[in-house]
Amino acid sequence: MTTALLWATVLVASLACFALKLAGHLIPEHWLAAERVQRTSTLVTVALLVSLVVVQTFADGQAVVVDARLPALAVAALALALRAPFILVVVLAAATAAGLRALGWG
Amino acid sequence: MRAAVRQGASVAIATGLYGISFGALSVVAGVSVPQTMALSLLLFSGGSQFALIGVVAAGGSPFAAVATATLLGVRNTLYGTVVSPLLQVRGWRRLAAAQVTIDESTAVAVGQRTPAAVRAGFWTTGIGVFVLWNAFTLLGAVAGDALGDPRAWGLDAAAGAAFLALVWPRLAARRAQVVAALAVVVSLALIPLVPAGLPVLAAAAVAIVVGLVSRPATGRPEREDGDGGRPEEAQ
Repeated sequence: MTTALLWATVLVASLACFALKLAGHLIPEHWLAAERVQRTSTLVTVALLVSLVVVQTFADGQAVVVDARLPALAVAALALALRAPFILVVVLAAATAAGLRALGWG
Repeated sequence: MRAAVRQGASVAIATGLYGISFGALSVVAGVSVPQTMALSLLLFSGGSQFALIGVVAAGGSPFAAVATATLLGVRNTLYGTVVSPLLQVRGWRRLAAAQVTIDESTAVAVGQRTPAAVRAGFWTTGIGVFVLWNAFTLLGAVAGDALGDPRAWGLDAAAGAAFLALVWPRLAARRAQVVAALAVVVSLALIPLVPAGLPVLAAAAVAIVVGLVSRPATGRPEREDGDGGRPEEAQ
C-alpha cells in the first residue's frame, strides 16, 4: 500500500469508527435494544477476532503454514486460562516464538 | 465514587501498557510512526486498530482494512446507547464521551451503583486509557522501529496472541463458541483461495447469518449470549 493510500485507510477507518461511537450517544437506547441486534453484534465481534487469530497464526501470504506461531498461541491460551494480564500474554507468546526460532525451528 | 476512580485508574494502567505491543506491531506491519499515532489518537479502539494493521501487514486491500476495523467498531455503538443516558452530557463533552466509549470505560461505568460513581468511573477510565494508550503506543512504535527483524523477536506471534486475549472473555456462551468454531473453519478454508483480508470479512458474514437466523434462547433471557453485547470484564 502506498503512503497516501495508507493515510486514507487510517483516516477513513478513524472517521467511520468515531461515527459509530457518536451514533450510540445520539440515538435512543431502545432502537438497538432488540435481542437479535445485540446477539448479532456480539457474534460478529467474536467471529472477527477469532478469524484474525487464525490468519495471524497460520497465514503466510496465501499459504497456510504451521510454524513457531502455533506453539506461541498455545502458550498464550494457557496464560489466558491462568488469568494472566493482557501484556503478559502477548510477551509470553512473542518469547515462545522467538525462543523456538533461536533454536532453529519455525 | 473513590472506588470507581481507583478501579478506572487500574484498568487504565493495564490497558495502556498494552499500547506498547500495538505500537511495535504497527510499525513492524509497515505503518509509519505518525500513522500509528493517528490510529491511537483518532480511531482509539484496540480491536479495530490491531485489525487494521493486521490486514495491512498481510497485504490486504484498503477496503478490507477499513471494513474489518469498522465492523469491529460496531459494538461501541451499543456501548454508547448504554452509557449515554447515564452520563447526561451535552455539547463538546458529548463528542469527548463518544471518543472514549470503548470496552473498558463502559465496563467500569456499568459496574457502578450510583450515578456519580458511574460518571467518575467512565471518565477516569476513558481519559486514563486514552492518555496512557497513546503514550505507550508512541513508546512501542519508536522501539519497534529500532528492533530490526520482527520474526526474531516473535512479534508476528504476538499479534495472534493479542487477538486471542481480546476474544477470550467473549467465548463463555455456547453460541459464541459455535461461531468461533465456524470462523476457524471458514478462515482456514479461505486463506489459500481469496486475497488477504477477505477471510476475516467472510467469517463476519457467517456470524451475521447465525445471529439473524438463530432462535433466541428459550426460557432464559439474553444473558445466555454471554455478555449480550456488553463489554468484556475489565482486566
